[in-house]
Amino acid sequence: MNLQATDFELFEIPAQFAQDRSVLDTKWKDLQREAHPDKFAAQGAAAQRIAMQWSVRINEAYNRLKDPLKRATYLCELNGAPIEAHTNTSMPPAFMMMQIEWREALEEAETAAELELIEHQTANYKREKLSKIEQFIDVKHDYAAAANEVRALMFVARFVGEIEARLNKI
Amino acid sequence: MALLQISEPGQTPNPHERRIAVGIDLGTTHSLVAAVRSGVAECLPDDQGRVILPSVVRYFPDTNGDIKRQIGFEALANVAIDPLNTIASVKRLMGRGLNDIVNRDKLPYAFSQSDTGMVSLETVGGTKSPVEVSAEILATLRYRAEDTFNDDLFGAVITVPAYFDDAQRQATKDAAQLAGINVLRLINEPTAAAIAYGLDNASEGVYAIYDLGGGTFDISILRLTQGVFEVIATGGDSALGGDDFDRALADFISAETDYLPSTASEKAALLVEARRCKEALSTTNTIAVQAINTPLIGEFKGDFMLSKEQFVKVTQHLTDKTISAVKKALRDAKLKDVEGLDDIKGVVMVGGSTRMPHIQQAVADLFGKPPLTNVNPDEVVALGAAIQANQLAGNNGAGDLLLLDVIPLSLGIETMGGLAERIVPRNQTIPTAMAQDFTTYKDGQTALALHVVQGERDLVADCRSLARFELRGIPPMAAGAAKIRVTFTVDADGLLSVAAKELGSGVESNIVVKPSYGLSDDQIATMLKDSFSTAQQDMKSRALIEARVDADRMVLATQSALDIDGHLLNTDEAGVITASIAALLIAKEADDAAVVEAATTDLAKVTEAFAAMRMNSGIAKALAGKNIETI
Repeated sequence: MNLQATDFELFEIPAQFAQDRSVLDTKWKDLQREAHPDKFAAQGAAAQRIAMQWSVRINEAYNRLKDPLKRATYLCELNGAPIEAHTNTSMPPAFMMMQIEWREALEEAETAAELELIEHQTANYKREKLSKIEQFIDVKHDYAAAANEVRALMFVARFVGEIEARLNKI
Repeated sequence: MALLQISEPGQTPNPHERRIAVGIDLGTTHSLVAAVRSGVAECLPDDQGRVILPSVVRYFPDTNGDIKRQIGFEALANVAIDPLNTIASVKRLMGRGLNDIVNRDKLPYAFSQSDTGMVSLETVGGTKSPVEVSAEILATLRYRAEDTFNDDLFGAVITVPAYFDDAQRQATKDAAQLAGINVLRLINEPTAAAIAYGLDNASEGVYAIYDLGGGTFDISILRLTQGVFEVIATGGDSALGGDDFDRALADFISAETDYLPSTASEKAALLVEARRCKEALSTTNTIAVQAINTPLIGEFKGDFMLSKEQFVKVTQHLTDKTISAVKKALRDAKLKDVEGLDDIKGVVMVGGSTRMPHIQQAVADLFGKPPLTNVNPDEVVALGAAIQANQLAGNNGAGDLLLLDVIPLSLGIETMGGLAERIVPRNQTIPTAMAQDFTTYKDGQTALALHVVQGERDLVADCRSLARFELRGIPPMAAGAAKIRVTFTVDADGLLSVAAKELGSGVESNIVVKPSYGLSDDQIATMLKDSFSTAQQDMKSRALIEARVDADRMVLATQSALDIDGHLLNTDEAGVITASIAALLIAKEADDAAVVEAATTDLAKVTEAFAAMRMNSGIAKALAGKNIETI
């Protein structure tokens, strides 16, 4: 095992989209039990530094694996279909229309209940997209198609962030 | 003939190998030190049997004009008599600049601003930084622990509010260094409380820790599973606590009685009286406001009776502030239920201020269940820190306790237009490293100014400024062509270091973030020289002693590593390490700190590869263990 292993190798799980969150949680804690700097607190600077590197690497992998969007992004990149979110922003017109409608709804929303309704709608949309992504990656192995869905979901994720920011202000 | 010694089962055979490690709760109103003795964590009392040390330091001249200090109860007794030189609630000033101190006019101190931007206090004993004042408190607790065990302190776990930012954490660590304490770890107060509860009550599940102390409010949501304490979300207000309830009540009393305190003594006396009334109202429904030893008496228009209802009403806005912070943390925790409330198995109350019945009621109303209050809210943080310290020192061999803490506030960098670009979002598990790429703004730009900030707001002006540094020597390129990767690394204490690298040319720059409000290493050195802890011995002998302690630590660590994993090394490799240990043991006898330090560094260097091997074998073991289960 080394620091350059992929997240999936590090966690010893199949390199696929479908993952069991409870397995990820257990693996993460098992690995941290071995590598966390606290386990080496009485063992000198060299051991501390190495433990820190491993602990950071394990947290990085866990963060990517447990978040479906990041996990999908990572799988697309590993399989030669990078997302390139900054340069590739072309989206189907229907998707853009829906985005505009959502944003209008967000601007008009005033109460927490209204905001939570929008949050609920976007959550449903997100679920649909994720099951499409699972199909493209795990069944059809069509990573380019999966990457398109990931790009769309990134817009949605940013939108959800804005809803949360609004909720926090109420 | 001397009798042979036999140690207790499970205890370390050699008493000298048992390291004295303590947990210190450095609180706003009072501080405590605790240690694990015979397997049980307990707070250490002073020679009069008191476990609490009021976090109050007074500087005063004795009859010869020499400056003396009073720390704790003695100082507390003089808060109203000598307010200018008696520093209380100094924790609220840690890592803060002059302009950060709200209610400055209500505090009886003479503030000034130091060169580093950090607030200072003008006292009869000279200019004192909050770090120095905190160091006096920490040193007192260190001596208490060393007297108790009649041995040197190996190290301490010091607790900080979860919501402390980088500057406040660094200031706390600086204070410990000044007090001559080896900091094993800074841990968050709510997490420490959870450790004390988790081990006492063997709890599993998601818990909320509501911690309302003297000067700070924290809320943490934790998941407990088989000895792993995973912090899911944290929030709060590092400037909201029992002090604010005192102040609100003092303002109310002042308004109701048409009594306006003008001198520092009067202000302090009114606050003392407000606190007394607040505490009394936890157990009774009305209290007569009075004043002792101050001109307050006679200013009142007759007797003034204060009722619990009045107190609850004038502090309602403070109670509400804590409840909305709890709601925000629950949203951040992203528990299954939208509100997150059904998933919480229990709510632990921490901090003396949670004794107020209306606080307990507000929390019970929100969660729909009465909060847990069965461990003394004053002691619970120190007890948890002691358990963690004992484990970090290697005294608890089995050691299955693991803390996975998070960073409380987002970290980022200033970009064009004064906007803060987040690099590490809040509630990330630490340690962590995260990077983001930036580019140049102008053609031919050869340097980049990096401004590191912490906070949740979009504008840099609304965030806390932590540090500024520059990346120079970028080869001239068209605007936007350079690719500069900025990496933020946050260690397990929650402290930040930042590196910037231009990927094309490989030009690099990095700093360990010493926040603008922290102390420079030079300042620490000067203070160490001036401090009481070194008054008896000169710097040189102190450096030598510290170098020897470090050497001992390193030898012990290496030996125990060899005992456990020596089989990973071939004969040559083992020989090099053994030789280096022997060299260090000889160097240790020298009277030169530099010689000892050099030998220690050498041992650290030759054990680096060994440490890496041990880590790889540990990781392999963790995965192998799972494989056997799944087969």
